[in-house]
Amino acid sequence: MSEMKAMRDAVGEALLDIAQKNPKVVVLDADVCTSTKTCYVRDKLPSQFLEIGIAEANMIGISAGLAAVGFIPFPVTFAVFASSRVADQVRMCAAHARLNVKIVGSYGGIPTGKAGATHSSVEDIAIMRAIPNMQIVIPADGVEVKKVIEAAAEIPGPFYISTVRCEVPTIFPVDHKFILGKGVVLQDGRDITVIGTGMMTARAKEAGEALKKKGISARVVHMPTIKPIDRELIKKCAEETKGIITIENHSVIGGLGGAVAEVACEASPCRIKRLGIPDTFVDSGEDEDMFAKFGMTADAIADAAERLLAS
Amino acid sequence: MGKDDIKKLEETAKKIRRSIVETLSSAKAGHTGGSLSVTDILTVLYFKEMKIDPSRPDWEDRDRFVLSKGHASCGLYCALVERGYFAKDLLSTFDRTDGCLQGHPDMHKTPGVDMSTGSLGQGLSVGAGMAAGARLLKKSFRVFVVLGDGEVQEGQVWEAAMYAGHNKLDNLTAIIDYNKLQLASRVQDAIDLEPLADKFRAFKWNVIGADGHSIESLCKAFEKARKNKGRPSVIIADTVKGKGISFAENKVEWHVRVPKGDEIAKALDELK
Ligand SMILES: Cc1ncc(C[n+]2csc(CCOP(=O)(O)OP(=O)(O)O)c2C)c(N)n1
Repeated sequence: MSEMKAMRDAVGEALLDIAQKNPKVVVLDADVCTSTKTCYVRDKLPSQFLEIGIAEANMIGISAGLAAVGFIPFPVTFAVFASSRVADQVRMCAAHARLNVKIVGSYGGIPTGKAGATHSSVEDIAIMRAIPNMQIVIPADGVEVKKVIEAAAEIPGPFYISTVRCEVPTIFPVDHKFILGKGVVLQDGRDITVIGTGMMTARAKEAGEALKKKGISARVVHMPTIKPIDRELIKKCAEETKGIITIENHSVIGGLGGAVAEVACEASPCRIKRLGIPDTFVDSGEDEDMFAKFGMTADAIADAAERLLAS
Repeated sequence: MGKDDIKKLEETAKKIRRSIVETLSSAKAGHTGGSLSVTDILTVLYFKEMKIDPSRPDWEDRDRFVLSKGHASCGLYCALVERGYFAKDLLSTFDRTDGCLQGHPDMHKTPGVDMSTGSLGQGLSVGAGMAAGARLLKKSFRVFVVLGDGEVQEGQVWEAAMYAGHNKLDNLTAIIDYNKLQLASRVQDAIDLEPLADKFRAFKWNVIGADGHSIESLCKAFEKARKNKGRPSVIIADTVKGKGISFAENKVEWHVRVPKGDEIAKALDELK
């Protein structure tokens, strides 16, 4: 069993670390810092922490102003409020203005501590993907969270980083390298490809191993960057295996599944099955009950792969 | 500020107004009313109040300006030309594909533009971020944000006002171009702003009134804002939409209409 770590803790720790190393990094909060864990920055480095109050639109605008005078602001709030709620502010002040605004969506997808539909972002990636200039990353575990936050502080331009609240298995070694725009092949295979992103990659990996035991050679790919998407790798998988399964903690519309289908369809059409949250709001409930309901478990991924191969 | 200085600035404002008429009528697009109502404010900012250097538009210590009512871009471009940021010929490319003078200000395309704007209600937040940044950097540059009166109906303006008041951002000055008209109607018929000064006072701002078409009154208002400590300042500038062209003044349809045919010569004549 891999070690488990709450991703929100990893986010808080990584932001504190980068802020301590880089005085230009500032962290902004809209009254959720004890949930998102940016309170680590508030408590240890108050000079680089700005409390904006419950005013997300204002938080994006203030971030843009800070970026315009040389700072690297990380506004952090729940993914719903960091995306849909502020779509126009992100579009105008971060993306069109091409400023160094590094948005971190916390509480992405299903795991929100039973808060339910109003707090479960199913569409944040879809919204961000459609906005020009945005760079979008969904890290898989606590190790990658840190690498992605470091990369975002280095690489110019606006970012949207989607993270989750819950514990996730650590799948990467501490010397893991994150390269923006590049997918990572975690297991090679020639029958079918399973592409995961974010916390779902661990389940894709598990499914790949289970398939192997059944004699099915599955290629498992982790796709941390949703934009710019790794077109080359998708094309290769489409050409070299008999089909692609995508799995994400997001609606099947407009996220990883959408991006992979768009690329494959143009570059090398193949059979594709998109797994994730169907086009629906989610209920309150235990995270794992919800994941099971929507077929977002390792078993369900393996089943989907078998079915695709059999069809 | 002597009589001669005031006269000079009045002449400058008139030149800017003429450029606005020429630019908008040749582009056959743009926002006439709101560019003309904000002209005197821009004149005082760019020719008197702001610490800027047109030869170094990216100078780190410059004062920052955000035209939150970005649709008055033409007014801003004409002021920038007059101040020497770029050549006047460029005005003929206003609103053109691949041009550097877009319909709404683009900080990456136009020298002297500190922030891209166009979606109303966001500039005061950006200004507050710049002012908070100046404080973190321990720099003395100041930040000026011009808002339309209709724009003040946006909720985000009040989020920013609350933030700046709470954080005592006295390096931030907002100017409201209070021309009493918005896109489709009078402001008071859409959503009345009054009592506007009281609202800002309640949000912990220093409130200053001004005649937005009197250079002297504006200069005094900016001086008060400069000397004020411990609170952000807002200058509520009474203005006339379409100011300077008799047939456009106070007419809601001149929000986005531009002079055409005989109107062009008539307007330029009035601005001699
Ligand atoms: C968020 C947003 N909503 C609507 C518009 C369309 N719009 C452009 S100008 C304008 C009226 C602005 O009125 P005011 O702020 O009073 O400006 P002025 O009268 O000085 O031109 C509107 C509604 C916009 N640009 N942004």
